[in-house]
Amino acid sequence: MGELLRIEHLSVTFSMYRDIFSRVESKGIEDLSISLYSGEILAIVGASGSGKSLLAHAIMDLLPYNAIVRGDFYYQGEYVDGRRLERLRGTELSLIPQSITYLDPTMKVGKQVIQEQFEMDQCKSIFAKLDLAEHVISLYPFQLSGGMARRVLVSTALISNASVIVADEPTPGMSVTDAVETLQMLRQIANEGKGCILITHDLDLAIEVADRVAVMYDGRIIDIVPASNFKRGVLTHPYTNALYRALPQNDFKSYTADEVESFLRKGGNQHVGSE
Amino acid sequence: MKNQLITFISKQCIRLVLLLIAISMISFALLVMSPIDPIDAYFTGVAVSDEQKAIVSAYWQFDRPPVERYWHWATNMLSGNWGDSFVYKAPVLQVISDKFTSTLLLMLVSWSLSGVVGFSLGVISGIYQGKTLDRCINYFALVSVSTPVFWLGILLVMVFAVELQWFPIALSTPIGKSVEDVTWLERLHHLALPAITLSITGVSAIVLHTREKMIDCMNSNYMLFAKARGESLWVRVKRHGLRNVAIPAVTLHFASFAELFGGAVLAESVFSYPGLGSAITLAGLRGDVALLLGAAILSAIFVFLGNLIANILYIIINPEVQGGR
Repeated sequence: MGELLRIEHLSVTFSMYRDIFSRVESKGIEDLSISLYSGEILAIVGASGSGKSLLAHAIMDLLPYNAIVRGDFYYQGEYVDGRRLERLRGTELSLIPQSITYLDPTMKVGKQVIQEQFEMDQCKSIFAKLDLAEHVISLYPFQLSGGMARRVLVSTALISNASVIVADEPTPGMSVTDAVETLQMLRQIANEGKGCILITHDLDLAIEVADRVAVMYDGRIIDIVPASNFKRGVLTHPYTNALYRALPQNDFKSYTADEVESFLRKGGNQHVGSE
Repeated sequence: MKNQLITFISKQCIRLVLLLIAISMISFALLVMSPIDPIDAYFTGVAVSDEQKAIVSAYWQFDRPPVERYWHWATNMLSGNWGDSFVYKAPVLQVISDKFTSTLLLMLVSWSLSGVVGFSLGVISGIYQGKTLDRCINYFALVSVSTPVFWLGILLVMVFAVELQWFPIALSTPIGKSVEDVTWLERLHHLALPAITLSITGVSAIVLHTREKMIDCMNSNYMLFAKARGESLWVRVKRHGLRNVAIPAVTLHFASFAELFGGAVLAESVFSYPGLGSAITLAGLRGDVALLLGAAILSAIFVFLGNLIANILYIIINPEVQGGR
């Protein structure tokens, strides 16, 4: 398995004005390191506010101007500076956004998918691959059904032929069958030798589809485990274990804030050891 | 889609008829109640006996009761007779059509100018939100929106007509030339200052509105996604920005006919531009009922048309309405 993307010591801070005289810095992501290999789906799970979406946006270099990003990016083993990242965006790195609002409401779907560099024929063949009818090309985004919209969003990643695909919360609000179908599309993409980063808060689905699961808490990745470990019950980090136990189909256990704190203290950052 | 449009337009036409009836009644009532006595105004500075006044009054039917006069006017109006102007001593329709061409030219030029300039400035301002360029454009828009038309007109006359002598001070054609000899260039030369005055005051609304929409657009999810897909700033603005901002901007600009009309009246009086505006002013001061009613009806139709075009364009350009949602 070739390494596609490696991020080392990533930190994201926001500088904000507390009042007119003083600025405060608030930490979003702290000293985060992660690698993505070709052919795999790496799920990033965590509660709301743990920094998952921030990570997705940091990878795509989409953070607002008041965000300060530090850290080293390597793409296929090569160091990437800020300028280069901009060039990789859309060609080597691709984002599958959450919802239809990420499409221009006034432009027909086909024209949006092909942008200015692709041909309509390419769009047609990708639509065919995704089981999308050809007439979808001339529909406006608001005319799409939920299922079509999801496929159209996936098609934007496929047409770019990017090797790293970041899917930001692709499943919320979907029925289980729809969600599974979306994730199967990701699986297919990964099986073609690409790497997918799946940002989700749905641990259950992440375990089903992903190869590795990274658990985020408070801007840090506290644990990275192979997805199979969950089912085999070999979870060394107490927080990950607790997270898994909290699922309804497992024990549906609830924990107090103090207990969570103690799990985090006991577990520390295990991701180096558990790989 | 087509049927929808036809029902929409026919409904609007019924509304227009009701609107015109109401406007003519209210304008007539206001004129009757106004303290200006048309006969006194007519004979300003001339010594006349009461008998003579009575003869003139009877000739123009000022001695009849108001309701009868209105009815008389309204029935004639329906048969296409807009009555005679008491001030110009000519049929109202002829006076209006003479004056309206100059006014229409003035409004058209300033309207297009403020539309193009306002939209471009608004888009640029929205893209560079918070930067110096944006702030300058914003200040300009705020200053221009708070500047009265007549004051700006006087200022421009002082600078460009009196001091620099680039443009003529007043009128729509050179003095001492017969209408047939006036060239288009001369007309435009006379038109320039009033048109610029009018467009500077009209530009602010479109700048500020476009800027606001552009900022919304720049912060939208689809712009973020376009960025994520590697589209450069200008490609993003061209592909997604202009499209999304143009729909509300065009609607707003067509709906601004009312302010344009009001502004034109003021600008014309500053530049002594012989258009409908100055005719309306004169008619108001002399109590010329027929001409004022005619002008009121015409301006109502004009503003109404602007709004109608805005609504129809909105249906035509906006795919979300077109798709029949």
